[in-house]
Amino acid sequence: MSYEEILTRYEPVIGLETHVELGTATKMFCGCKTDFGAEPNTQVCPVCLALPGALPVMNRAAIEATIRIGLALNCDIAEWCRMARKNYFYPDMPKNFQTSQYDEPLCVDGYVDVEVDGVTHRIGIERVHIEEDTGKTLHVGGATGRIHGATESLVDYNRAGIPLVEIVTKPVPGLGGLAPEIAKAYVAELRDIIRSLGVSDVRMEQGSMRCDVNTSLNRPGEEWGTRTETKNVNSLRSVERAVRSEIIRQSAILDDGGKIHQETRHFHEDRGDTSPGRSKETATDYRYFPEPDLVPIAPDPAWVATLKAALPEKPSAKRARLREEWGITELDMQSVANAGAVEIIEETIAAGASPAGARKWWMGELARRANELNVELTAVGATPAQVAALQKLVDEGKLNDKLARTVLEGVVAGEGDPAEVMAARGLEVVNDTGALTAAVDEAIAANPDIAAKIRDGKIAAAGALVGAVMKTTRGQADAKTVRELLLERLGVS
Amino acid sequence: MAAISREEVAHLARLSRLAVTEEELDRFAGQLDVILQSVARVGEVAAEDIPPTSHSVPLTNVYREDVPTTSLTQDAALSGAPDAYEGRFRVPRILDEED
Repeated sequence: MSYEEILTRYEPVIGLETHVELGTATKMFCGCKTDFGAEPNTQVCPVCLALPGALPVMNRAAIEATIRIGLALNCDIAEWCRMARKNYFYPDMPKNFQTSQYDEPLCVDGYVDVEVDGVTHRIGIERVHIEEDTGKTLHVGGATGRIHGATESLVDYNRAGIPLVEIVTKPVPGLGGLAPEIAKAYVAELRDIIRSLGVSDVRMEQGSMRCDVNTSLNRPGEEWGTRTETKNVNSLRSVERAVRSEIIRQSAILDDGGKIHQETRHFHEDRGDTSPGRSKETATDYRYFPEPDLVPIAPDPAWVATLKAALPEKPSAKRARLREEWGITELDMQSVANAGAVEIIEETIAAGASPAGARKWWMGELARRANELNVELTAVGATPAQVAALQKLVDEGKLNDKLARTVLEGVVAGEGDPAEVMAARGLEVVNDTGALTAAVDEAIAANPDIAAKIRDGKIAAAGALVGAVMKTTRGQADAKTVRELLLERLGVS
Repeated sequence: MAAISREEVAHLARLSRLAVTEEELDRFAGQLDVILQSVARVGEVAAEDIPPTSHSVPLTNVYREDVPTTSLTQDAALSGAPDAYEGRFRVPRILDEED
């Protein structure tokens, strides 16, 4: 049964919970560093290890970042709110509770406008609250390295206590078959907004942005169905696939007269579907209560107003402006945005490249390489300044397109700036007219038949001789110059 | 009526991963009931115009600046751990309900 057919009988309702790790220098409640990739348990202290008597103190920068996210998502900022203890027993939290917020979130009632196929959909934001991340557990002893069959767990608390912002949408009905795409577009927009604020690197593949997707189905005109919560959705593409696979799975159960159980499910990147996670029967009894060790948060309205006035340009507005400035189509701009290349192309243009030149490299060679390595463009190994310098060498005629690609390979391999790579590898275009003329004359002498044809006016035949010259100069000549020189030597120019 | 039932105490013990015998359940349910009833008496004297208090100090907005401080060394961090392996805390297999 086709997806389209399912959507004629069922209406999906989706909701998304997104966790964003803030990029503060220190943790939420202590001064431990938050550097990624440190040796295990070297960024820990009595507070984040929950040693007896240790007391937390809130990180001002984390509160500010949360308020800025709330403002950027059009939320109201609470005049007064408290932290709360979420009690659960699991070794990833040494305190046996997570310091979070419960019924008094810092930001409430906002929205994000998401555009899909030229239509704007408003996604309501229920709440944005601040909490702390958990430690990382490594399950060992099992055959698969996963929790099933593991005999013990190894815990690193470096991540425990890093500020985490949770952004929860209101339930979104009425999206029909577009629900998966709109869910993806929402997460992408959220990522762009948060990136523009500079409060997190929002890297889904590194876990600094994580998404849980709620999905339910109901027949038209009936009440909303029971929802499932899909966890472990760690890429934009997976957000779309997770919603779609849940719609298909739930519809099959409902078609057979079955019931959907409220449960947590895990998304599998490799298979593109979900499987049941742990039962929530006992896990949901979190016994929240106000955190006695932290005093209430009461943001000064003047401070909030200052933060609001200083919000950066909205990514959607920025995209519209840049599209105009760069002179490209909406579709091209969307590809740039989807590739996460807006800022990097902007920086490349600021470094002196033309919009077309900057876009060509980042959306071409470098995007392909980023894809292969499965990294973001910013981690591909070339900087905006280097790409601008590369394009400059092309514009000056020192590199042709093919040589420039080779130089770029050297740059991303860490061989230095484009000019250094060009010099070290001897890749500069042969502009020495003497050498070129010799090569051209050689080609004419070696191919008298073709040369005769050209002399007779069959200019189209010149390509073969240009090719021959390019070959003897190992591609290091400018094809246009060679052609001009060739025609000149043959007396037909 | 009791402020807390024997079943609720058993539930809390399970959430806290405490092994409690049948005899202990009877005893703790009785003790906790006395404690809860005593605390509940405070509510009898609280006037309508007094809001519930979660914090005894009249403070808000106590923050620290986002400046790193010195952390423990790995050895110091693990010194109190019952077991450790390759710089990590080693704990028993986690929760049956994960299966």
